[in-house]
Amino acid sequence: MTAAVIHRGFVEKTLTSLLHALERASSSERLAEQRGLLQHVDARVKLLGCLALIVAAAVSRHLDTLTLLFAAIAILALVSRVPLHLLTRAWAIIFVFTAAIALPALFTTPGQSIATVAGIPVTLQGLRSAAFLVDRVESATTLGLVLISTTPWPQIIAALRSLRVPAAVVLIIGMTYRYIFVLLRSAEEMFIARRSRSIGRLEGAVRRRMATATAGVLLGKALALSDEVYLAMQARGFRGEVRTLEELRMRGRDWTAGALFTAAAIVAFWQGLR
Amino acid sequence: MHIPDGYLSPSTCAVLYAGAAPFWAVALRRLQRRLAGRFVPMLALVAAFSFVVMMFNLPLPGGTTGHATGVALATIVVGPAGSIVALSVALLIQALFFGDGGITAYGANCLNMAIVGSLVAWACYRIIAGRAPLTSRLRVVAAAVAGYLAINASALCAAVEFGIQPMLFRDALGTPLYAPYPLHIAVPAMMIGHLTFAGAAEAVLSAGVIAYLQRTNVGLLRDTAPGAVEDASLPAIDVLRPLWLALGALMVLTPLGLLAGGAAWGEWSARDLADPAARARIVAVSGSAPLPSGVPHGLAGLSTVWTAPLRGYAPPFLQSTALGYALSAMFGAGLVLLTVFAIRGMLLKARAR
Repeated sequence: MTAAVIHRGFVEKTLTSLLHALERASSSERLAEQRGLLQHVDARVKLLGCLALIVAAAVSRHLDTLTLLFAAIAILALVSRVPLHLLTRAWAIIFVFTAAIALPALFTTPGQSIATVAGIPVTLQGLRSAAFLVDRVESATTLGLVLISTTPWPQIIAALRSLRVPAAVVLIIGMTYRYIFVLLRSAEEMFIARRSRSIGRLEGAVRRRMATATAGVLLGKALALSDEVYLAMQARGFRGEVRTLEELRMRGRDWTAGALFTAAAIVAFWQGLR
Repeated sequence: MHIPDGYLSPSTCAVLYAGAAPFWAVALRRLQRRLAGRFVPMLALVAAFSFVVMMFNLPLPGGTTGHATGVALATIVVGPAGSIVALSVALLIQALFFGDGGITAYGANCLNMAIVGSLVAWACYRIIAGRAPLTSRLRVVAAAVAGYLAINASALCAAVEFGIQPMLFRDALGTPLYAPYPLHIAVPAMMIGHLTFAGAAEAVLSAGVIAYLQRTNVGLLRDTAPGAVEDASLPAIDVLRPLWLALGALMVLTPLGLLAGGAAWGEWSARDLADPAARARIVAVSGSAPLPSGVPHGLAGLSTVWTAPLRGYAPPFLQSTALGYALSAMFGAGLVLLTVFAIRGMLLKARAR
């Protein structure tokens, strides 16, 4: 790590977070347009299928079932053309993060001692517990990544609507997603503007005032924008009813995919609870 | 704070979804009634703001930086119902799209951050700020305290959810199947970070933005400050506010009760009267008056009629008695307040008819 990175101020750190979010969203949208296996499947089938497999991973009481399920999910991700580098990066990050949380459990969980590290006994139960946690989190996160990487956002919104999520909530979710980018850009511009007219290191209190003033301006902008959006909606005839443009229709391959997801989930449940 | 999938059992997740559902329903209905069609863009923009503000690195005293959720800020500007829905939407987008927080744990995350966070922030802000003028310093202090307590209440909820996992879900070998740490590890591990950095970040954001809005856009604070005095020279203290503050302080201080050992005079249980050591103590504090031999018949019979769920102010799953005392105080005070408010609501309704 270079000295420049160590001394990055809050403006740079915030800018990196904002840009990272924008980058992740746009790369997901690009991926969803690829021609992989799951990209052709109805969003409702994918949403329910992935949810069923996440629950199957959550209920499993056997490490072998969990590991097989994770392998199956990884294959599903690869045949759906989720890039390997994206998957390995996600797996590595989750592994490091979850393992760091689970590590003390090797020593704190009471049970049968199988080894000692620096004089402290490691228990079988602690090791298995850490493996359960890592396996479950990896499986669930990969499924989430597969769902998002293979489904354009408007289709997820349409799937939520056809799964009986209230129309107003679906509309709020859809609008939130669009306006996140407007506000991310706004925040990014404010921070760049601020950075380009600042010299030297500011005092802590000044930096705090600067960050909270930016948040305050952003909040004011967001609420002013909401009034304008409402007027624009009214001008276009919005009377409180919500309609979505995307109409989802089940075709033969969607039914087949649905049947495969169901079969996989049943096997995973049965093996996980055996 | 965003709980990923895999840390909580599916049954815990289902219970927490069920716990969050009524709050979502009531909040949506209230907003729909109050704002009609306007609530859709307003909540969307507040949700988008919450999402973006969670990415801000806030400079904290001491030279570090930290992230805040903005829950108190959203509550102070759009009220608890708006904040519950807006934060829930922001959390959904984070879970679905950015992998921050799990899909099965979404109900838990909403309950902890959006619902408990908003309600705690709301109660603190209203109690401390009272009828203070919109530009009063007291509102800035109230916002800071609201942010600090809201994020810590959310963290405590998450810690308790983690901590009960190893007690409830183990396999035949005794392996914890989900979050592996019991309450006496999960609660301190979670709270240390939140009582310091995360709490400070939330307080800095809430206080800083409210102070900024007081200077530039005070109208945004008006909706959630009914009865705020316009003239700064008038007294702004709500008559009930000192009582609310005292109640809060008493709840926090309940573990002091542990300093007094033994049972209170006259509050002896059947078990005390059956235990020779306890009997000797009772005789000693009763002027050596003799006790009936054995446990009186009536006491023995009646003592088994009802077993309290939180016996001895310490729920059986909690390892820390002090935490048990404080949680019991909050639970008990909450039940009393709920009953009083329900009766008041019924009386007001009857009077309106």
